[in-house]
Amino acid sequence: MRRQFPLALCFIAGLFMAVQYFIPHPTVQDMYERLLIWLQTLLAFAFLLGTVSLVRVHYHKIRHRADDRGYSLVTLLALCLMIGLGFFHSAHHAQGSPFDRMFQNVQVPIEATMFSLLAFYVASAAFRAFRARTLESTLLLVAACIVMLGRVPIGDMIHSSIPVATRWILEVPNLAAKRGIMIGVGLGMMATSLKIILGIERAWMGGGD
Amino acid sequence: MLGDRGQSGGIRPWTGFVALSVAVAALFLCPVAVSAQEEVEAVEQDTLLLVAAPTGLSAIDTPNDRGSSINVTWELSSDDNGDGIVAGYEVFRSAHPETGFAFVGRVPFGVTEYRDSSVDNRAPTYYRVAALGADESPFFSGTFGPVEASIQWFNRSRLNALVAVIIFVVSILYFVNAAKSGKKLFIRRLAGLDEMDNAVGRATEMGKPILFISGLSSVSDVATIAAINILGEVAKKTAEYNTKLIVPCADPIVMAVEQEVVKEAYAKAGRPDAYNEDDVFYLTRSQFAYVAGVNGIMVRQRPATILYMGMFYAESLVLAETGSSIGAIQIAGTDAVTQLPFFITSCDYTLIGEELYAASAYLSREPILLGGLKGQDMFKLITVVFLVVGVIAATLTATGVIESNFMLAVFATG
Repeated sequence: MRRQFPLALCFIAGLFMAVQYFIPHPTVQDMYERLLIWLQTLLAFAFLLGTVSLVRVHYHKIRHRADDRGYSLVTLLALCLMIGLGFFHSAHHAQGSPFDRMFQNVQVPIEATMFSLLAFYVASAAFRAFRARTLESTLLLVAACIVMLGRVPIGDMIHSSIPVATRWILEVPNLAAKRGIMIGVGLGMMATSLKIILGIERAWMGGGD
Repeated sequence: MLGDRGQSGGIRPWTGFVALSVAVAALFLCPVAVSAQEEVEAVEQDTLLLVAAPTGLSAIDTPNDRGSSINVTWELSSDDNGDGIVAGYEVFRSAHPETGFAFVGRVPFGVTEYRDSSVDNRAPTYYRVAALGADESPFFSGTFGPVEASIQWFNRSRLNALVAVIIFVVSILYFVNAAKSGKKLFIRRLAGLDEMDNAVGRATEMGKPILFISGLSSVSDVATIAAINILGEVAKKTAEYNTKLIVPCADPIVMAVEQEVVKEAYAKAGRPDAYNEDDVFYLTRSQFAYVAGVNGIMVRQRPATILYMGMFYAESLVLAETGSSIGAIQIAGTDAVTQLPFFITSCDYTLIGEELYAASAYLSREPILLGGLKGQDMFKLITVVFLVVGVIAATLTATGVIESNFMLAVFATG
């Protein structure tokens, strides 16, 4: 029963979701919309699970005096502070409230800093990718140089055919490859969904039979 | 000086007389001229107000919908040339052909259709459309009706999709049954998945953990489910080798599912005691906070192997480059086309697109799952055949060899 119930539930829900695509009748569509609302509600409750997990993991680290317990302490303090500001300042969404100030002046700049690291990582990854050791990487290097030049005014100044070649690379071989991958992805998604609905694929239940 | 002034700037007596005569004539003629101008303007205004009514009014029940909707179409007023003579069209509805027409909606000039989405189902309805003049005065068409809105049980414009799904299901079930009956199925090698055993073995030998990242998407994303399937197989191996497996999650539902999957895998491998719930934990939902957290784990715990499976966004390169900097073996798999180049650059092996979905079957080598893969390949072959025929048909239509593209109905869905 422990195995059959989730499988049956998955089959019914999966089949309904597949069938509703073909049935415009309001009874079916209303049920579909209701299920989506349930999903949102479930997600809201699931955040409680996440918070419990976060607190438990970091509490254990502090309790067992793990090497990186300092970070855990900061995490828990920050969590308590933000929850406190959210609860005890009723207008916590208002602009200029302590909650908003903490979010805008701490969280946002830190996230922006992490995001900006991407520029440096792109440079280091490009350096590694563009080393012309094989035929493929040489082709990649040549294509990348043409595309980069074609996207800036200097490319057109060097030769008017560079932007044309850039467009061709992006719109013909690049787009063809992307579409090929996307068709495969679409079929893979369908096959995976079908295998799960039919109970063929059970790894999501821990691989149990 | 005075004589000069008298000749050049002074008013001569005969000039004064002419000016006086013109002024007197103007006094008499002016009222006549003004009244004539008003008359012309009035005639022009009358011409503007008269607008030809729209013709060819028609109304049908909106096809393939959930009812309560009727599509009204008409032909443009002959005065609707986009020059402002027609300001727009108003649609009116009534339950009777002669009386009780009520306004239901308005569209700008040049538009010839309106969808009335507030109709009672199975109620006879009549329509009229009015072309509006520049001063908003209506010029009505004839009445059209009765027409009834009705609920449809099947969206016929998606028939081709249904046929495709049925072929797909039959194809998969056929190969699954073939696999069940013991037929040998060939699956091409996937280097990234072949390397999985070595990657786990390497971590075991080095006494370092394995980091599994299942992307930032939710459990409703099929890529995340595929990642969870792979996690189950990886967890079995880590349980066998007694290697620590760290799984930081960005979604609480994904975390709950992954905890169960890893727990079950450890139990199945006969090592339920080795499972530690704290190793599969929630980090954060925030994209770059998650990156900071995972990068911190990488730098502090220095995992020997890092697996990126699932849906990734801009964080992919930051994660993969940090993993590369600590010398970990990295295997990635994603269906995010825009992130694939980053993973290919920074990781040792990358599963591209559909290979992610094949990974679970490939790793487990279960015949039934492999049968599913073959069924998928067969459907892909059918799709390729249809695409080739479609391209040929489109080319022949474009070059005028054939009149209409017979493949359009196959590819178009509503």
